[in-house]
Amino acid sequence: MRFLRWFITLTGLLGIWAFIVWITDLPKFILPTPLQVFGSFLERYEILFHHAQTTLLEIVLGLTLGITFGILSALMISMHRGARQWFMPVLIASQAVPVFAIAPLLVLWFDYGITSKVVMATLIIYFPVTVSFLDGLNRTPPALLDLARLMQQQGKAGWLMKTWRLYRYIRVPHALPSLASGMRVATAVAPIGAVVGEWVGSSSGLGYLMLHANGRMQTDLLFASLLTLTVIAIALFYLMDFLLRRALVWQPDQTPPL
Amino acid sequence: MVADDISSAPADTGEDTGRSPALHISLSEIAFQGRSILENLQLSLESGKTTCLLGPSGVGKTSILKSIAGFLPLAEGSLIEASDHENLSGRIAYMDQNDLLLPWATVLDNVLIAARLSGQKPDSDKALDLLEKVGLIEKAASRPDQLSGGMRQRAALARTLMSDCPFVLVDEPFSALDAITRHRLQALMVDLMRDRTVLMITHDPLEALRIGHQIYVLSGDPVILSPPLHVKGAPPRIPTDEALQPRLQLILSMLGMTREDA
Repeated sequence: MRFLRWFITLTGLLGIWAFIVWITDLPKFILPTPLQVFGSFLERYEILFHHAQTTLLEIVLGLTLGITFGILSALMISMHRGARQWFMPVLIASQAVPVFAIAPLLVLWFDYGITSKVVMATLIIYFPVTVSFLDGLNRTPPALLDLARLMQQQGKAGWLMKTWRLYRYIRVPHALPSLASGMRVATAVAPIGAVVGEWVGSSSGLGYLMLHANGRMQTDLLFASLLTLTVIAIALFYLMDFLLRRALVWQPDQTPPL
Repeated sequence: MVADDISSAPADTGEDTGRSPALHISLSEIAFQGRSILENLQLSLESGKTTCLLGPSGVGKTSILKSIAGFLPLAEGSLIEASDHENLSGRIAYMDQNDLLLPWATVLDNVLIAARLSGQKPDSDKALDLLEKVGLIEKAASRPDQLSGGMRQRAALARTLMSDCPFVLVDEPFSALDAITRHRLQALMVDLMRDRTVLMITHDPLEALRIGHQIYVLSGDPVILSPPLHVKGAPPRIPTDEALQPRLQLILSMLGMTREDA
C-alpha cells in the first residue's frame, strides 16, 4: 500500500512534467523531459556520484557540528540565567542576518574547500537545535523539579554535582522530544546550507555541478543534480526520523510513520 | 490552639525509638499568587501517626503542604520544628497529586530515582521488595505508560517509601482513581506508612475518616483551621461504620453542609 502510494505520487508528478513539456514544446535547455533527465543521469552517474559525496559529507559534518554546538549552547543557557540574557539576543541577531548574505564572506575566510560549506550548514542548523532543546529544558514540570530537589536534600553533594544529576536524570531526558523536533528541522535545512555554500564558490559538490551545468545550458544535468540532492535530503530525513523514533519509544506519538 | 475536648491528645514525647518524631508547624501566612489566603496556622503532627488536613478544593491546602516541604518560601515568623530538634533537610518525603513518574524510565528505575539524584548507591533489592509490597513486582521492568492509574500511584507510593524519610507529606494522590482502587490504596498506604509521621491533605471527609488518626478541618470564610479531631479505632477504618457517624456529621457541619443539602 505504502509503495503503491509512492508509485502513484511519483508517476503522477513525472506525468504532469512530461505533459507540460509536450504541450508547450519547450526546448531541451529550458525544460528537458523526465526521460532526458533520466538519460543524463545514467550517462553522467559517475560524475554525479562524485559530487554527491562531497555534498553529503558537508551535510553530515554540518549536522554533527550544528547539533553538538546547539546542545551545548542550550545546556549552558538553561543552567545560567545570566547566560540567557547575554546569549539570546546574539543568537536571534545571528538568525536575522541571512546566511546567503554572509556566504561570500565565509568562502573568503574559509577558502573554496569543504570548510566554508560545513560552517554554513552548521550556522543554519545551530539555531533551530538550540531553541528547541532550550524550550524543552525550560519546560520541565515545576512539580517534578520540586520533588527532585527535595530528594536531593538526602545527599551531601555540592551544587555542581546536584545540577549535573538533575540534568542527567530529569531535565535532559525530559527535553529529548523537543531536541528531536529541532534535529528533524535541522536535517531538512542542512542541504540548503551546503548547496548555497557551493554556489558561492567551490570546485566540487552538487551545487557546483548545478551551476556548472547551468552555465553550459546542460539543463538535463542540472535537473539530474537536483534530483540527486532531493534523494539525499529525503533519505537523510527518513533516517533521522527513524533513529529518533527508535530512541524515544516512550514518547506518546500519534503521527504514524510515513 | 487547644486540642479537641472529646479525646485527649496523646502525649507526644518524640522519644519513641523506631517511630518518627512529631512535627510542629506554625505558619504565619500562606499566600497564593501574591494574595494572603491563610494566617496563623498551627498544626501538630503526632509522632508516627497520620494527620489529615481536610478542606474544600481551592482553600489553599496544597500551598500549605508545599510550604512545609520547602517548595514555597516560608513567611516571616513561621516555624517548622521536629520534636527531636534535628534539621528537617533530607527527612521529608512528598507524594504529589500527580504520580510524577518519569515516562522514559522503568518502574524500578522510577523507584530508585531518589538514590540516583542524591548520589547514593541505588538499592535494587529494597526497591524490588517495596514493589513486591505494593503488588507491582511483575511490572518492575515496564514503563509507566503501560500501567493503569492505580498502578502508577502504587509505583509513586513505592518511590515515596524508598527514602525512609520520617516525615511524609501527601497531596491527595488517590482523588483521580475509581472508588474501589482508592479504597485498596488507602489501606495499602496506611499499612506501609505505619510509624511514619504523615500529613495528608484531602477534600474527602470519608478518606480522612478512613486513614487519619487525627483530622484538622479548614473551612469558613475567611478560612479558619479547626482544633484537631481525634478518631477512635486504628486505621484503615470503614468510614460507613456506625460508630464513626457522629464524627462524620460533625465534619460535614464544619464544612458547612446542612441537612437540607443531604
